Amino acid sequence: MTAPDAAELRRRTRELLAAHPPATTGRTDFLKARFDAGLAWVHYPAGLGGLDAPRSLQPVVDAEFAAAHAPDNDPRRIGIGLGMAAPTILGFGTDEQKQRFLRPLWVGEEVWCQLFSEPGAGSDLAALGTRAVRDGEDWVVDGQKVWTSSAHLARWAILIARTDPDLPKHRGISYFICDMTDPGVEVRPLRQITGEAEFNEVFLTGVRIPDSHRLGPVGEGWKVARTTLMNERVSIGGSRIPREGGMIGPVARTWRERPELRTHDLHQRLLTLWVEAEVARLTGERLRQQLVAGQPGPEGSGMKLAFARLNQEISGLEVELLGDEGLLYSDWTMRRPELVDFTGRDAGYRYLRSKGNSIEGGTSEVLLNIVAERVLGLPSEPRNDKDVAWKDLSR
Amino acid sequence: MTARTEAGQAPDLLYSEAEEDLRAAVRSLLADRAGAPSVIARTESDTPYDPQLWKALATGIGAAGLLVPEELGGQGATHREAAVVLEELGRSVAPAPFLTSSVVATETLLALGAQDGPAAELLAGLAEGRQVAVVAVPFAAASADVYASVASGALDGTLGPVADAAAADVFLVPTADGLYAVATDAPGVRVEPLVALDLTRPLATVALDGATGIRLADAGAGARAVDRGLLAGAGLLASEQLGLAEWCLTETVRHTRERHQFNRPIGSFQALKHRMAQLWLEVVSARAAARNAADALATGSPDTPLAVAVAQAYCSKVAVHAAEECVQLHGGIGMTWEHPAHLYLKRAKADATAYGTAGRHRDTVAALMELPAP
Repeated sequence: MTAPDAAELRRRTRELLAAHPPATTGRTDFLKARFDAGLAWVHYPAGLGGLDAPRSLQPVVDAEFAAAHAPDNDPRRIGIGLGMAAPTILGFGTDEQKQRFLRPLWVGEEVWCQLFSEPGAGSDLAALGTRAVRDGEDWVVDGQKVWTSSAHLARWAILIARTDPDLPKHRGISYFICDMTDPGVEVRPLRQITGEAEFNEVFLTGVRIPDSHRLGPVGEGWKVARTTLMNERVSIGGSRIPREGGMIGPVARTWRERPELRTHDLHQRLLTLWVEAEVARLTGERLRQQLVAGQPGPEGSGMKLAFARLNQEISGLEVELLGDEGLLYSDWTMRRPELVDFTGRDAGYRYLRSKGNSIEGGTSEVLLNIVAERVLGLPSEPRNDKDVAWKDLSR
Repeated sequence: MTARTEAGQAPDLLYSEAEEDLRAAVRSLLADRAGAPSVIARTESDTPYDPQLWKALATGIGAAGLLVPEELGGQGATHREAAVVLEELGRSVAPAPFLTSSVVATETLLALGAQDGPAAELLAGLAEGRQVAVVAVPFAAASADVYASVASGALDGTLGPVADAAAADVFLVPTADGLYAVATDAPGVRVEPLVALDLTRPLATVALDGATGIRLADAGAGARAVDRGLLAGAGLLASEQLGLAEWCLTETVRHTRERHQFNRPIGSFQALKHRMAQLWLEVVSARAAARNAADALATGSPDTPLAVAVAQAYCSKVAVHAAEECVQLHGGIGMTWEHPAHLYLKRAKADATAYGTAGRHRDTVAALMELPAP
């Protein structure tokens, strides 16, 4: 079968809409039908929610469904499953695993989380210490994970654990699918600087994972994890951002609407940050144009750095600009938001939450190293962990 | 039209194939004729400009006439191509009156809209590289203030520091009576060289003492034309700053990879790597800002004044930061006369004042974006 083109995808989309009118079809039923028609993620294989079509044609399908007010699978809520678990299962899973997991993942019946980071292994993720020991047909897992978003909602987790402590750290890791309903799994909310608990700590005690839930060969979990992590960072470069579309927007509006708050020092800082925000927007736009032209540049590596610093400086300025109001905070009650909502909250929240922007998904320091070594070709620092067994590393 | 509503058309921030070809030609010419040792030697001579280099750039490559339409004797290219030439000139800091004559003076004359007469003739002369013209206002000026006075057709005044005055054949002089073209060898015109911070863009005082010239436009049209020339100059100066910053980063990376201390290349030390990575991020951001300004000028976008102000407010700082890091991360050698780093530092710092400082351009942003001072 040749890959369907845009017209063919449009035809199939309309056919599905005719057979399952959104107005009279339940949300889950509609999404299941959409998956079965191969219109979920069109670049996935036939039978797994796709049609082997070019990935670039997905917007054609999405636009048709959106125009018909069809339910969508709310990719924000199931982001980890869609963005990280799914491509990894597709790349490394067995046929049984793909058949079992991809459909309920995409439909949203089963939420996923990611058990990677540990209290002792953040930027140095491959140093992780959670152990998985073979016991017959099962693996028995003990350890602690951290920064796990959605763990309290998740049915499944992607998990990396150490299966051979005698090997150097990158080579003794294996990759598993963990059942979050297992009695050995304990999820505790991790309250943050904002008062909220977006994340969890996850304690794993004698968790039994059948060997059939291993992804990829024993000892090659790091290779599998790299696929997951690469997909985590793929997200930038989608749509155009309008001028003042980021955090600078609310501050500029406050400045225009409330002249009594203006001071000369804040004015100079505001203008400097306004210019930097506009330049960051243009840099993102240039990156987008490079991607469209098929010449992806390395700029993406730097965008997260730029936005982290800008968000922090702008939100810091905003708290000061608001004066007495900036001294107040909306609500310190511990809440468990499903989404991080930067613009819907007050300046104090933005100021505190943006501190995470230079830490989550790779600290700014690690990203600067990556730019220096991979983009500028600067030599790496000497390493003393390369050929040392994990168990002999200092901790 | 306010800058609050963004222009609908997306700016093209990439380089076309033709622009890359032009870049390759300019870069290879400058590599042959304007290597760092010869630039240093030139700054120490009595002749700040190399006429052979300018001839090759102006007429061989056709750079002088890029902005001039074909029917007026030029190449009919746009500010996007002129920006690419400036990136390369920034990379080599060669003394050449491209920015002052081929951009600012040329754009000023073009803004007069004359299809024939003295302005059109002068444009043809500039486009062919036969003449060099310079707008006689201080290099730091961002708008067409009047510095010379006119009484019964004779011009008087002391203007400066004027960039590239030493290379000029013609001065364009804004006065309350109109815009005048004054030949530099006319009676009553004296060009007095100044000792400039930037060794690669000579400055001079222009003294007019009863000089006569040709009146090209009345005061209003003349001031608008000079403003347009200075706007183009400021917008494209960002590309020169980009090229300069790129050179500084590239050379610093090269040096720190090769230089060993403590039995390691110094470029492997995280403290240094982070500074260079940060600089790289500034350079790619400067590229987006500079391209945006060049594209806005080229397409006549209503967004042009904001695009230029943003590019200048940002790129000035990046160029100076890149040059300062270049000196520092080169260690002792970066402080020497023989290493070219100082040429870049001096050019970067002078550029940060040229056509208005970053602070002045931020004031423009404040006005255009309705973000007024207290």
